[in-house]
Amino acid sequence: MKHDHRPINVDPSDLMGFAWPLSALASITHRIAGVVLFVGIAFGLYALDMSLSSAAGFEAFKGMLKSPFGMFVTWGLLSALAYHFVAGIKHLLLDMEIADTLEGSKFAAKTTILVSAVLIFLAGVWVIQG
Amino acid sequence: MVTQVTSFSRNGLSDFIVQRVTAYILATYTVFLVGYLLISGDLSYADWQMLFSHTAMQIFTLLALVSTCAHAWIGMWTIGTDYIREHYFGASADSFRLIYQVICILAVASYLIWGVKILWGN
Repeated sequence: MKHDHRPINVDPSDLMGFAWPLSALASITHRIAGVVLFVGIAFGLYALDMSLSSAAGFEAFKGMLKSPFGMFVTWGLLSALAYHFVAGIKHLLLDMEIADTLEGSKFAAKTTILVSAVLIFLAGVWVIQG
Repeated sequence: MVTQVTSFSRNGLSDFIVQRVTAYILATYTVFLVGYLLISGDLSYADWQMLFSHTAMQIFTLLALVSTCAHAWIGMWTIGTDYIREHYFGASADSFRLIYQVICILAVASYLIWGVKILWGN
């Protein structure tokens, strides 16, 4: 078997064998939240369309937000937005060479998860209280 | 190996900058809209309609929508070229990725057209 030092592609089945430090989890969650938001734009545009169509449409939309399904979708999208926003700010700070050391990135990952957890909780309170 | 790619601007450095600039615009828009909704409490249709009839708000919203489309395209492109490749998908990876990218572009274009219609069509 030939051994060289070129970088290799990682098989997905090997991924589970790797350690998943918090910074890796924070990073993949940023991606997943981004994909959720990509699909969520359709919901956002639908909401904007309906709420701006007429006074009746606006009231109908408010009613939809109060249904369990409406609350769940709203909370889900707000959660994805909150996480993507906080993790995105971490990226913008990295551009400014803030928290770009190993220790810094551990701290930044913890902070990202903590701050977004608080925002996701607050979003839930907001959605329930309408 | 991925040899044929079509990034947003056909230039990685430019994509990087576009991703950052749009991120700042989207962050500002998000803070503004969430702040507005929090401050206004129980919002009426008249207030909501008036907000979106301001030219400044229409420009801000369209700017945010264009930013969303560019930002999402670069993000989805990155994910596509990271995961949809021969190593995972075999010989048909290029076809899968092309289909994936076409779907993404169609979605992005549809969002943009829909958004313009909402802002100025109603």
